[in-house]
Amino acid sequence: MNEDYRGIFADGLWRNNVAFAQTLALCPLMAVTTTATNGLGMGLATTGVLLASNVVIAAARHLITQEVRIPVFVLLIAALVSLADMAINAWLHELYQVLGLFIPLIVVNCSVLGRAEVFASKRAVLASAADGLAMGLGYTMALMLIGGCREILGSGTLFAHASLLLGDGFAFLETTLIPHYKGFLLMLLPPGGFLVLGFLLAGKRVLERRQQQKAAKRPDDVSPKPQPSPSAA
Amino acid sequence: MTLAFLKPEHRQRLIYHVALLGGVALLTSAAIGVADHLTRADIARRQLEDLQLTLQQVVPASYYDNELVRDTVTVKDAAGEPLTVYRARRGGQVQAVCYRVKAPGYGNTAMVIALGVDRSGTLLGVRVISHNETPGLGDKIELGKSDWILRFTGRSLTDPQPEKWGVKKDGGAFDQFTGATITPRAVVKAVKGGLDFFAAHRALLLDEAPAQTAATAPGSAGEKRL
Repeated sequence: MNEDYRGIFADGLWRNNVAFAQTLALCPLMAVTTTATNGLGMGLATTGVLLASNVVIAAARHLITQEVRIPVFVLLIAALVSLADMAINAWLHELYQVLGLFIPLIVVNCSVLGRAEVFASKRAVLASAADGLAMGLGYTMALMLIGGCREILGSGTLFAHASLLLGDGFAFLETTLIPHYKGFLLMLLPPGGFLVLGFLLAGKRVLERRQQQKAAKRPDDVSPKPQPSPSAA
Repeated sequence: MTLAFLKPEHRQRLIYHVALLGGVALLTSAAIGVADHLTRADIARRQLEDLQLTLQQVVPASYYDNELVRDTVTVKDAAGEPLTVYRARRGGQVQAVCYRVKAPGYGNTAMVIALGVDRSGTLLGVRVISHNETPGLGDKIELGKSDWILRFTGRSLTDPQPEKWGVKKDGGAFDQFTGATITPRAVVKAVKGGLDFFAAHRALLLDEAPAQTAATAPGSAGEKRL
């Protein structure tokens, strides 16, 4: 069976993005996105878990029966998150100090269970791996975007403490965009997260509508119209 | 991936569901057990490093030549909770002690504060180790955000007088910060509580009392824990 990898990545990164299209997994999103660096770290950790859980579940999909699939998925995902938590604590301790509180939160990230149910339990291992990677990267992108906006508006910096997360080589990412900025506290508190998410969602809608209108104006155009986001569940 | 001997109709039996769920539970538990075994030593070492870093911040290096984290004594605090005290020795004599106190912050979330106290009961250093205070308001108790926490250095129960151990809003000697009174008030109260604890158990903490039930020989309690 030929898999449409392009479609899988387009879904994960844009059309069916976890945060911007499915609006899932908002609890960890609001909690960590006070800086772009935190968003990136949480996104990468989630991507790793999504990839691993999709691969494991796709590989075992013929063994798992309909009746007990949900508890089996939950067990597998919880185990993977625990493994990630222990591994990061032991071997990437600096990262753990930044993200430690949030790693167990991945287990309640509904998009992980969602992808297991919608995609990995029905498709081949490779396609599921691609889906996990695409969804994870899409989520990472969303976290970084929201984190970046909140960080710039809230504290006037971008990628603060990036070298703690990525190593000293990435210290150049740390920039102060607005020197002597007093800070805009609301943006760092949860309401700021909802505000930024709302504006970004609206922005995505506007872009998509423009694309549709462009396509509608050219009836002779042979390329298919951009599909509206297919719903995940 | 299908097992050849398993016909589709077998999978509809209850026993298959039970075996599948049990098997997955067993496998995942085994994986977590193995991972715990592999990471336990590393995690303990990292936590020890974190602890050492904290202790170094509140007790200057000139106060000790021993290994702080291994020289501990556990004493019950005013609330009856066991509190681990790390002793800084120089030439065998305890020069300073370090311990962590808890304080209820804004919204009753726990703050953990480390205190370093010298023989006379004077604060060598105070640091907030963890807290959940509002970013931008209550988090000025962090050294990274403001130098407020350094104001405790050199203070003791007689400086200021006990009734002055409060924030200025309450008639005390310590500044609150703009927009946040509850957090500094809680920190001041917890630091004073820590000093009261030192005063109440001074001889025991300084290892000068005849051995009591709660006291342990230097090192033994710490080594067991590590």
